[in-house]
Amino acid sequence: MTNTSSSDGDIVSRSGEQSWFYSDVVKDHFFNPRNFMQDEAAYADAAMGLVGSPACGDAMKVWIKVDPATEKISDCRWKTFGCGSAIASTSMMSVMVTENGGMTLDEARKLRPQDILERLGGLPSRKIHCSVLGDKALRAAINDWYRRNNRLDKVEDERGRIIDPETNVTDKDIEHAVLDGADTLEKLQAKLKVGVGHPECLPEVEQLIRFYKEKYFGL
Amino acid sequence: MKSVYLDHAATTPLDSRVLAKMQPYFSDVFANPSSFHSPGLKAKEAVDAARKSIAVQLNAHSDEIIFCSGGTESDNLVVVGAIRANKAGGRHVITSSVEHHAVLEPLIHLQKMGEIELTILPVDKFGRIDAKDLEKALRPETILVSIMYANNEIGTIEPIADIGRAILKWRKANATRFPFFHSDACQAAGALDLDVEKLHVDLLTLNGSKIYGPKGVGLLFVRRGAELEPLVRGGGQERGLRSGTENVPGIIGLAAALELAQAAREKENLRLTKLRDKLIAGLLEIPKTRLNGHPTERLPNNINVSFMDIEGEAAVLYLDAQGIFCSTGSACASSTLDPSHVILAIGVSYEAAHGSLRFTLGRSTKSTDIDYVLKTIPDIVAKLRHMSPVNLDMKYFT
Repeated sequence: MTNTSSSDGDIVSRSGEQSWFYSDVVKDHFFNPRNFMQDEAAYADAAMGLVGSPACGDAMKVWIKVDPATEKISDCRWKTFGCGSAIASTSMMSVMVTENGGMTLDEARKLRPQDILERLGGLPSRKIHCSVLGDKALRAAINDWYRRNNRLDKVEDERGRIIDPETNVTDKDIEHAVLDGADTLEKLQAKLKVGVGHPECLPEVEQLIRFYKEKYFGL
Repeated sequence: MKSVYLDHAATTPLDSRVLAKMQPYFSDVFANPSSFHSPGLKAKEAVDAARKSIAVQLNAHSDEIIFCSGGTESDNLVVVGAIRANKAGGRHVITSSVEHHAVLEPLIHLQKMGEIELTILPVDKFGRIDAKDLEKALRPETILVSIMYANNEIGTIEPIADIGRAILKWRKANATRFPFFHSDACQAAGALDLDVEKLHVDLLTLNGSKIYGPKGVGLLFVRRGAELEPLVRGGGQERGLRSGTENVPGIIGLAAALELAQAAREKENLRLTKLRDKLIAGLLEIPKTRLNGHPTERLPNNINVSFMDIEGEAAVLYLDAQGIFCSTGSACASSTLDPSHVILAIGVSYEAAHGSLRFTLGRSTKSTDIDYVLKTIPDIVAKLRHMSPVNLDMKYFT
């Protein structure tokens, strides 16, 4: 194991050589997590979002406090059940949405996993899927804030578009499955059974696999 | 900082006495054992002596020992080689759900290719196979049974002799040579009796890297009369079952390591069992912790626990930062992103599998190391639980 500086964090190499080890930024956020929730009772009134489950290996809960006048996030707290990548990503996300006076809710909604990855100096490619729940939990918390403030017009549905009417598999489901390592149609079908009873959707399914592979793994 | 290596099931350091025995065979006695000159003969004699010494350890004959590159190759040679060489006898194979990937993966591949029918036996909540389940699964066309001697993840010891006897009885009753019985004993070596007559195995896998021997060398015991087809063809070394110039220093090292490990076995088992039970008792004092595997029928050096509400990889990394080196069955630490098939096979939930940690003790482990682990872990578990949004009810996970 070689020491990597934050600038050359050991991101996966294009040659397919995969590194297991984390950049110094990731390690710092993992061992010294920022903004994690110490006292839930004090945040009972804050907007909250929860995604994932311990059965699938990652679960995240995010709380935000928002200035109603500016709609800027003044405080972001979190709890994460997950590996080093998951913990570091949530920690970094909480820094990003609150630094420099805080992001507006609209800006925060646009935060992508790639933005967090970049600030972390990258993650080993097979760990990228561990970092994609944070922004989802954040968006759930943003929706919760709008709901609590009776701004239902601003609540955004995250359900996605149905690709296979037989199984109700959506593009979001496919996105998650690809992130979980289902990078071929065979593996995807093993997970989702998509297109088994409705093969007409298979060309679109394959296109989505390619799209999400490129999006997250640059392959 | 203290450095406590508790991952001996992954691999062990090379014993300095083994290294000393290997040393002459790199540059001094370097010739090819197949060469027809005196340096070649010298190398051949050394390999023969190593083979003899291992045969004595296993209560086998020298010509029943086939050297290869390690446990994985040995397992693959059995699985693929025995099945292909004995197609006429049938195409049914029996194994268990807790086998090492080196057995399961080639079997599943052959099943996929349509070459075999595969029965994967379930295990009880401790990871034990019931010999009666095996008897029920035996068919006239069963040609191979492969059950590991001791599990690499949870340390559970399988009733190999009982299974071996059940297979002998079946063969006698059905007047057949089949099925052959294979056992992967890589984790058992150094802890358990390897006498192939007592175990009633026809094929046994061992390697060097778990018994303070060198990596990159292993062996397969092949009982006389059990036919195999080679995986690696070429110059016809190892009775034509494994071609390629012999790894002479490796073979010398494997023999030396096995001799030392089996000689120290009983004394070391007593010492390790005490340390193991001390660590288990201490870990179980941490709230919401469960022991994975059997309380007594387990390897003297294996501890596998699940800490609920936290994820194993995070715990491994925090322990690493404190100089404690162990491993996890969490999905996040595997390349497939699935949690350990062994932990799932014993009926433990996904949640608990993600939070599983394995500590495997070794010759260097001292009582003070266990004290250090027990002093360090509670704070780490508490910190990770504090960070975790999960709070599972233990009543579902015992």
